[in-house]
Amino acid sequence: MDKQRKLFAGIGQLIIPLVALGLLILFNLFRDPGFFSIGMAVNNSGNQVLTGNLISIIDSASELAIIAMGMTLVTAACGGQDISVGAVGAISGAVFVKVLLGAPSITPGIVVLGVILCCLATIAFMMFNGTLVSVFKIQPMIATLILYSCGRSIAYWINGDATPQLNSPIITSIGMTIPGVPVPTPIFVVILAGLLLLLIFRRTTTGLYVQTVGINQGAARLNGIDPVLIKLLSFALLGVCVSLASVIGVGRLGQLNHKTLLVDIEMDAILAVAIGGNNLGGGRFRLSGSILGAYIIQMLTTTLYAMNVSPVNVKTYKAIVIIIIVVAGSPVVKNRLSALWSRMRSGGSQAAASKGAG
Amino acid sequence: MKKIAALLLALVLLCSVAAMAEGIKVGIINLDPSESGYRQANVKNLTDTFTAENGYDATFVTAPTADKQLDAARGFITDEVQYILVSAAETTGWDEVLADAQEAGIKVFLFDRMIDCDPSLYTAAVVSDMRKEGETAVAWLESLELDEYKVLHIQGQLGSAAQIGRSDPLTEKIAADDKWTMVREGTGGDSWDPNEARKIAEAAINAGEDFNIVYAENDGMADGVVAALDAKGITHGVDGDVIVMGFDCNKWALEKLLAGEWNYDGQCSPFQAAVIDEMIKTLEAGGEIEGLNELNQIISDEKGFDARTITQEDIDTYGL
Repeated sequence: MDKQRKLFAGIGQLIIPLVALGLLILFNLFRDPGFFSIGMAVNNSGNQVLTGNLISIIDSASELAIIAMGMTLVTAACGGQDISVGAVGAISGAVFVKVLLGAPSITPGIVVLGVILCCLATIAFMMFNGTLVSVFKIQPMIATLILYSCGRSIAYWINGDATPQLNSPIITSIGMTIPGVPVPTPIFVVILAGLLLLLIFRRTTTGLYVQTVGINQGAARLNGIDPVLIKLLSFALLGVCVSLASVIGVGRLGQLNHKTLLVDIEMDAILAVAIGGNNLGGGRFRLSGSILGAYIIQMLTTTLYAMNVSPVNVKTYKAIVIIIIVVAGSPVVKNRLSALWSRMRSGGSQAAASKGAG
Repeated sequence: MKKIAALLLALVLLCSVAAMAEGIKVGIINLDPSESGYRQANVKNLTDTFTAENGYDATFVTAPTADKQLDAARGFITDEVQYILVSAAETTGWDEVLADAQEAGIKVFLFDRMIDCDPSLYTAAVVSDMRKEGETAVAWLESLELDEYKVLHIQGQLGSAAQIGRSDPLTEKIAADDKWTMVREGTGGDSWDPNEARKIAEAAINAGEDFNIVYAENDGMADGVVAALDAKGITHGVDGDVIVMGFDCNKWALEKLLAGEWNYDGQCSPFQAAVIDEMIKTLEAGGEIEGLNELNQIISDEKGFDARTITQEDIDTYGL
C-alpha cells in the first residue's frame, strides 16, 4: 500500500498536465478529426518536409520547451523565477549574429563558433543574475528585473542595427529543416538540450543537490553542499538553454530583431513550469512536467489559431484555459480531489466487503 | 602672469565669437533609436539635417519615456533655444511645458507623433497619415484586378494608430466588395511579433485555408508569414501564388521586393527633417508657413513600392 502511494506521488505531479493535454487533444479531435494528421510537402528550398498541426505545435514550442527546462532548475534551486530570459535571449541572438556577420562567409565552423560564443556570453549575463540571487540574496524576480528592462537595449547596442540580416542556407537549416531531413531542426535541438540535462542529472548528483538547496539551504550547507555554487550552476544551465533557444529564434527568420526575439517568453516559461506541477517556491521539480507545460501552451495557441478565434479574443480564451489548468493543479484542489478519490475508493471497497459478507 | 591672462582673455573672446557664429539654436527630443528600424532612420535623418554646416546649433536628446522627454524640454527652455522639435513618447501631459515654451518665445514643431493639445501650442506638426498608408496599399491591390481577393490579414498592436490606419481601409473594402474575402485575421500582438505571425499563417495553411494575399501590417510580420509559406512550399512574390505585402520599407524588406520575393511595401516615412528644416528657414527669413491643415499638420508624402518597378536607387533613398 505504501509503495503504491509513493509511486502515485511520483507521477502525481504530472496528472494534471497530462489530463489537460489529453483534453486538448480530445477537444481538437472532436472538432476536426484530421487535426493531428501528418503529411509530406516539398518546401520552397525543394526539400521533403513533414507538415501538419502536430508538427507545427512541436516545432513552434521548441524555444519555450528549452527555456522552460532551464527555468525549472532556477525555480527549484532559488525558489524564484528569472524574468530576464527573453531579454538575455535577445543579447544572445545579437552575439550570435555579430559573430556570423564578422566572419568573411558563413560556414558550419563559424556557426558552431557563434553558438559557443553566444552560449558563453549568455552564461556570463546569467552569472550576473545568479550572483545577485545567490551571493547578495536578492529576490530572483527583482535581481533579474535589471536585465529584463535593459537587456534588449544591450542587444541593440551589440550590432548597432535594428534588424541585421543573415542570408545563408545554414541559418535556414537551423530554423527550419536540414536538406534531406523532413523533421524541423528545432525539434532536434529540444531533444539535444533534454538529453544534455538528463545526462547531467543521471550521471551526477546535481539534481538532488538542486532540490536540497531549494528545500532547505541551511541543511544543504550542513551537508557540505554549497548553495551559492548550486544556484550559480542552475543559472548557468538556464543560460545554455536560453542561448540555444535564441539561435533557433534567429534561424527561423534569418534575421535578428532585438525587439521581438523571444519576446514575452519569460511569462510563458514560468507558466510552463507552473502547469508542469512544479512548486514555484523551489524544491522538488520535474523537468518533464515543464516540457509538457510548454507543449500544452503551444497546443492551446495553435488550437485557438486553427479555430480562427478573432485576434481580440485570443488572449482572453488562452487566459481562461490556463486559469482552469493552474487552479486544478493547485494544492487545495488537489487535496480535495485526492480526499474525494480515497473516500470513493474506501466507500467502494466497503460496499464490496458488505456484499461479500451478504 | 599677464601673458597668461591675456591668453585667457583671447580664448574667452574667441569662444564667444565662435558662439556667435553658431547657427540657429534647436533642441530636438526624440525616442530611443533602438526602438525600431524606423526610429533609427528617423534619428539619423535629423542628425544629418540639423548640422552646423546647415546653419544649426542643435542639441539631441533621445529618451524612451515621457518624464525624461519633459525634463529635456524644460532644459531646452532654460537654455533659451529658438526651436524645439518633439516626437512624444506619450500624447498627453505636454500642455504646461508647451505653454511655457510659447511664453518664452520658443517655436515648437512636432514630428512623427501628435500630441493631444490645443493646435495653437505648436507651430506645425509633420506626421504620417496611417490611414492614407492603408488606402494606398488597398488601392494598389485593386489595381491588380484579380478575380478573387482572399486575404490573410496580420494586424499590428491592436489599437495602435498604425494598426487602425492600416487595417480599416482593408476591412472596409472587404465588407463592401464581394470579390474580397477575409480568410484569416490575426495579430502579432503588442510587439508586432514575426514569430506569432508565422504561427498564425501555419495554422491557416494546416487548416487548408486558401489565400492569395498576405496583408501584414509591418515588414517583420510579413517576413514571419513568408517563413511559414516557405516551410509549406507555397510560392510567393512576383511569380508566386501568394501576394506578399508589408509596411515600413525597411532596407532588407525592399531588397526582398527587388528580388521578387515580396510584392508590395508601403512606406511610413521617417524623413521629416527636410520639411522642418525648410519651415525653420522660412520663419528665419521672416516668411509664413503655408500648407497647414486645421490641426497645424503637414502630412508626409508617402509611397507604396511595387516589386515590379522598384529600383536599387529607391532602396538607397527610401530604405530604413
